[in-house]
Amino acid sequence: MGDHGPAKGFGRWLFTTNHKDIGSMYLWFSFAMFLMGGVFALVIRAELFQPGLQLVEPEFFNQMTTMHGLVMVFGAVMPAFVGLANWLIPMMVGAPDMALPRMNNWSFWILPFAFTLLASTLFMEGGGPNFGWTFYAPLSTTYAPPSVTYFIFAVHIMGASSIMGSINIIATILNMRAPGMTLMKMPLFVWTWLITAYLLIAVMPVLAGCVTMMLMDIHFGTSFFSAAGGGDPVLFQHVFWFFGHPEVYIMILPAFGIASAIIPTFARKPLFGYASMVYATASIAFLSFIVWAHHMFTVGMPIAGELFFMYATMLIAVPTGVKVFNWVTTMFRGSMTFETPMLFAIAFVILFTIGGFSGLMLSIAPADFQYHDTYFVVAHFHYVLVPGAIFSIFAAVYYWLPKWCGNMYDERLGKAHFWLSFVGLNVTFFPMHFVGLAGMPRRIPDYALQFADFNQIASMGAFLFGFSQVFFLFIVIKTIRGGQKATDEVWDNPEGLEWTVASPAPYHTFTTPPAIK
Amino acid sequence: MSTDTNNVDGYEHYYVPEQSAFPILASIGLFALIFGLATFFNELQAEATGAGRYIAIAGFAMLSATLFAWFRQTVVENMAGMNSVQLKRSYVWGMGWFIFSEVMFFAAFFGALYYVRNLAGPWLGGEGEKGQYMELAKMWVASGYEYAWPPMTTPDEAVNGAKALVQGAGEGNSMYPRDAHNGLALWLPMWNTILLLSSSVTVHIAHNGLKDGNRAKFQGWLFATVVLAIAFLYLQYMEYHEAYVDLGLTLESGIYGTTFFMLTGFHGFHVFLGMTMLLIMLLRSLKGHFSHDDCFGFEAASWYWHFVDVVWVCLFFFVYII
Amino acid sequence: MRLIGKQLASKLLWVLSQVLLLPALLMTSVQAFGASDAAVDEAQRWGLNMTEGVTAVSREIYDLHMLIFWICVWIGVVVFGIMFYSMIMHRKSSGAVPSKFHESTAVELAWTLIPALILVLMAIPATSSLIKIYDSSEADINIKIVGYRWKWQYEYLGEDVSFFSNLATPQDEIYGLAPKGEHYLLEVDEPLVIPVNKKVRFLITANDVLHAWWVPALAVKRDAIPGFVNDAWAIVEEPGIYRGQCAELCGKDHGFMPIVVHAMEEADYANWLAGKKEEAEELKAAMSQTFTMDELYARGEKVYQANCVACHGANGGGGLGPSLVGTGITTGPINAHIDVMVNGVAGNAVMPVFGNQLNNIDLASVITFKRNAWGNNMGDELQPVDILTFKKNQ
Ligand code: HEA
Ligand code: HEA
Ligand code: HEC
Ligand code: CUA
Ligand SMILES: [Cu+2]
Repeated sequence: MGDHGPAKGFGRWLFTTNHKDIGSMYLWFSFAMFLMGGVFALVIRAELFQPGLQLVEPEFFNQMTTMHGLVMVFGAVMPAFVGLANWLIPMMVGAPDMALPRMNNWSFWILPFAFTLLASTLFMEGGGPNFGWTFYAPLSTTYAPPSVTYFIFAVHIMGASSIMGSINIIATILNMRAPGMTLMKMPLFVWTWLITAYLLIAVMPVLAGCVTMMLMDIHFGTSFFSAAGGGDPVLFQHVFWFFGHPEVYIMILPAFGIASAIIPTFARKPLFGYASMVYATASIAFLSFIVWAHHMFTVGMPIAGELFFMYATMLIAVPTGVKVFNWVTTMFRGSMTFETPMLFAIAFVILFTIGGFSGLMLSIAPADFQYHDTYFVVAHFHYVLVPGAIFSIFAAVYYWLPKWCGNMYDERLGKAHFWLSFVGLNVTFFPMHFVGLAGMPRRIPDYALQFADFNQIASMGAFLFGFSQVFFLFIVIKTIRGGQKATDEVWDNPEGLEWTVASPAPYHTFTTPPAIK
Repeated sequence: MSTDTNNVDGYEHYYVPEQSAFPILASIGLFALIFGLATFFNELQAEATGAGRYIAIAGFAMLSATLFAWFRQTVVENMAGMNSVQLKRSYVWGMGWFIFSEVMFFAAFFGALYYVRNLAGPWLGGEGEKGQYMELAKMWVASGYEYAWPPMTTPDEAVNGAKALVQGAGEGNSMYPRDAHNGLALWLPMWNTILLLSSSVTVHIAHNGLKDGNRAKFQGWLFATVVLAIAFLYLQYMEYHEAYVDLGLTLESGIYGTTFFMLTGFHGFHVFLGMTMLLIMLLRSLKGHFSHDDCFGFEAASWYWHFVDVVWVCLFFFVYII
Repeated sequence: MRLIGKQLASKLLWVLSQVLLLPALLMTSVQAFGASDAAVDEAQRWGLNMTEGVTAVSREIYDLHMLIFWICVWIGVVVFGIMFYSMIMHRKSSGAVPSKFHESTAVELAWTLIPALILVLMAIPATSSLIKIYDSSEADINIKIVGYRWKWQYEYLGEDVSFFSNLATPQDEIYGLAPKGEHYLLEVDEPLVIPVNKKVRFLITANDVLHAWWVPALAVKRDAIPGFVNDAWAIVEEPGIYRGQCAELCGKDHGFMPIVVHAMEEADYANWLAGKKEEAEELKAAMSQTFTMDELYARGEKVYQANCVACHGANGGGGLGPSLVGTGITTGPINAHIDVMVNGVAGNAVMPVFGNQLNNIDLASVITFKRNAWGNNMGDELQPVDILTFKKNQ
């Protein structure tokens, strides 16, 4: 193939096999989903602004909660990371493209169809999925609205997309590295994605099995989740969380990779403990397979199970701690500047650690009897997901955007976006710890009077945070359309092959592999 | 450093295909397929008729036509020598990880079987730590439910008798050898095991034939493999027929029927897929495709076949024997 | 298949518009609504922490929670302290020159082992608490708790006492048409009553979907799983009223199935239990009585409010379930109507089976009520014996 540029018109995007095009499509798609999931969240926060039912009926509220969770997890965070992988991994390992470019495009194009189907369930008779993003049986089987069948199939094809995407990423990393790019020379983002892709291939099929069992129970009279026939509703939870727990690490490992790229650049110091970062990532991945039942401490497992899952879960703090300590030590005695990507990366480290601490508290089974299914859990997972996953994605976009489009973003606006988000986020989610501990259950459209004040604060924070993301959209578009030209290196002596090519990165990079030092 | 420069000079271009319409077409086909299927299932549930099945069929047709053209194109590209050694390795990795994902899919169902047999089942029957209060709380055991594997009655039946919504298949109607109705010699799963194990051998011999450049040997043994696969599927059909018609053992017969049919059914479906792959490889070979050092299409199919075989061995052991 | 429910679509749009205008709207409306609602005392309003509860177990859990919390705080202080120290001291703008170090096996080993050690220290008390909590042997009283959509049933095993416990907060308070009372959403028509200083064992299960029975002051939270029985226990040390909520998403009214536990001195409890038994006797006697239309109607209305509004609407207009006004079974042959109430609707799990949830008087009255309310005016009535006959003839 020649070195020509992209095709013209809309066909470029429909038919493309170029990893950069596909990466961009993933990122835009993910941002659209982020706004959609965010609007659902705002409906939730608006209803919870004060006690009583004002805006929505409980039935619709449950659909909002469910769709918010599903869209954010499967529509916003995961595709964003796949988009970053598409853009960056070939450039980071010195490959001309992804290993299987056509399949790459297929992985992407399945998603818009899957999410159109998922979102359309909201307009179907009986309403959309209303059983939480964890869709526990039998609420999601015997008692579900008819649209659950569409939901099941939407999950199936999302899973297919993820599996194909992951196969592609693994093949790219293992097979397409430039000569000399040994495994232990790969940037950590590549490492974390290699391990994430492995997790995805291991657990997405289990999710597929899970929804298949639901489908059979609903339509073909099987008894997986019904005690009357000899099955068990709790079986659903085991199968779901066998997928679900690794899934939450799928949403954080690439973020670890991003932080490990950004912090050294702005500390002007090599990453501390590269090798231990790799081993820590691998240990987290391994442990993530044997902790799933910490989401089920209250289902009444035999005590041996309870203890096993408690100990295994606690152990994850060790490798995660190694990562946090490595980042802090990377900053220690560096020469730091605080551009927007670095601000997001630092906030990531601090706030993710706070989320990790609340995770550790949740992992203490007896204490979880009080925390479980309260807003304390909601606070925990938003602290690891929003300043964790979402902030790392913002950091990545600010960090690599000049490489992608050739222009520098406006540093003043970027910093404003950071501070607005940082304040908004903490105002939204920090009070949730308090109402959770004080006893407010999650997934309720209305609450007792003593929770009113903190909920009001949280709702105001949510609107602040939400609108700052519209501001982010503005900044990105402004940068793409013009601005100060970026140099090839963009930053002060950053590490990695992507900085050796021009800005914006040419449509095809590394058609012959680069030499690796 | 010098070795690096060497590598760059001696580097084959990685083949990055031009723009392609296959992905978007396949996505549309897939979408129509699942949308149609979901609609169809809901129509079945509501005892209505509608367009669901036709949308599904159209989607399936579109998806298979696209995939056919897509695979054809990759074959053509390969034969035109456009694929570098490295790209071929990508295909190898791709197939390997795909099979791993299939392994995990089956793992979910085997895991479910383990759970209901060894944990939930005994608890329902009032055994173990989680069963100790079943009697006191007047649950199933209080109406005389007893747990055993294979469970040919359901807890529902113990409580509601003939009015139960979930009826078991009844004593002696399992698929275990002890219930073999026509005697052990005609016990179908045993023959199926023999068929499938020998088919793994025949496909291996076929592979050897190809490596030796002995096309007749290759095609002959590959043909034998396909025949064995079809025989397997036929016997499985017989087995299901017996279950449904003679024994009243169905998908709806409680957890035994559920696990039995889901595990064997998904396996059977994979046998069908593998058989189709092998058949296509046979047809390709008849058209003169493959050479002794470039036959990954066939090798991928044969890996898949071995995988299906291993799943069967597990099935045979966990579903039929113990 | 109707893909686009127009209603829902327009509803969604309406909600969106409301949401986008919300910050302004709400600031004004808070005052309007909030003013008349019951005041909650200041300490409760800004409640920051887990309750210590009223059982030995709940205090133990509280201590455990605080222990882990403070450990995390101290680790945080150290980690963030070092981080902020370098962010302040090692800035480029203040002329910091970057060092080059990037590895140290000793340090890395230390910060692997020390956290592991801290974890072991946490695991020890956690394990001992868990073992204590799991020991449900030798209870004095057994209460079976069954979760229904959306109410709780309490059955005192061996005592022949059993009743349902429903949300008591009126719809008007929920929809902002009346000021909210002090225990808004946390009040029930009939609380669970237990004696203090006795080991009460709860056997928890569910009738339809998953629920979870949670009372923070007792530190008991157990999922209610249809077909299985979970056990938990508590020895309450102080008489009082303790409130909790369902803690597992169970559908539409998940937020509206509170739990109230009334812990009494033993003598009071004995009295209460005797009273309950007497009530049960009276009820049994009433089964063969004949009621007037008005009595049936009035009782039926109560039963309807407690059990049916959630799905069939305040005026029978429908919701999750179909409308009961002027249509279908409600105005059809009365035997089919009894059948639906006693056996549920075949093939639809959402409409509950009331045959063993409501007694014959309640069944007779709710059917009578429905057939004569909202302009249905069927004019017919049922007596408890009619239900009995129907059940016998099945
Ligand atoms: C990105 C996603 C993400 C991440 C990374 C995590 C990380 C962790 N999570 Fe979280 N979790 C979720 C997403 C995530 N979680 C979600 C979405 C849910 C709710 C699902 C639902 O029900 O809807 C959930 C729920 C959840 C529960 C169930 C709660 C309940 O429902 O009752 C538990 C219980 O154990 C738990 C534990 C943990 C732990 C121990 C970690 C650990 O990995 C954290 C480790 C990190 C640290 C501990 C901080 C850094 C470490 C140090 C500084 C070292 C020194 C520290 C010590 C020795 C203490 N999580
Ligand atoms: C990565 C995942 C992710 C992210 C990013 C978020 C982001 C947010 N989430 Fe959360 N959330 C989950 C994952 C996530 N969430 C999950 C898994 C659940 C559990 C679901 C369940 O229980 O099943 C949950 C549940 C959950 C709840 C509990 C609901 C309940 O229990 O009933 C709440 C309540 O406040 C909440 C709030 C928010 C808010 C305010 C944000 C904010 O960060 C959102 C920010 C807002 C925007 C980004 C909107 C911006 C758009 C506009 C301002 C409009 C402009 C419009 C156009 C341009 C068209 N979320
Ligand atoms: C959890 C929700 C729910 C509750 C609570 C509920 N119902 Fe229903 N009901 C339904 C649903 C759903 C249907 C429709 C079933 C169908 O036709 O498939 C229904 C159907 C009915 C019908 C038949 C209507 C017809 O014309 O076909 C009657 C009568 C009825 N309910 C009465 C009651 C009464 C009386 C109560 C309270 C004692 C009650 N329901 C409580 C959900 C509920
Ligand atoms: Cu019952 Cu939630
Ligand atoms: Cu988890």
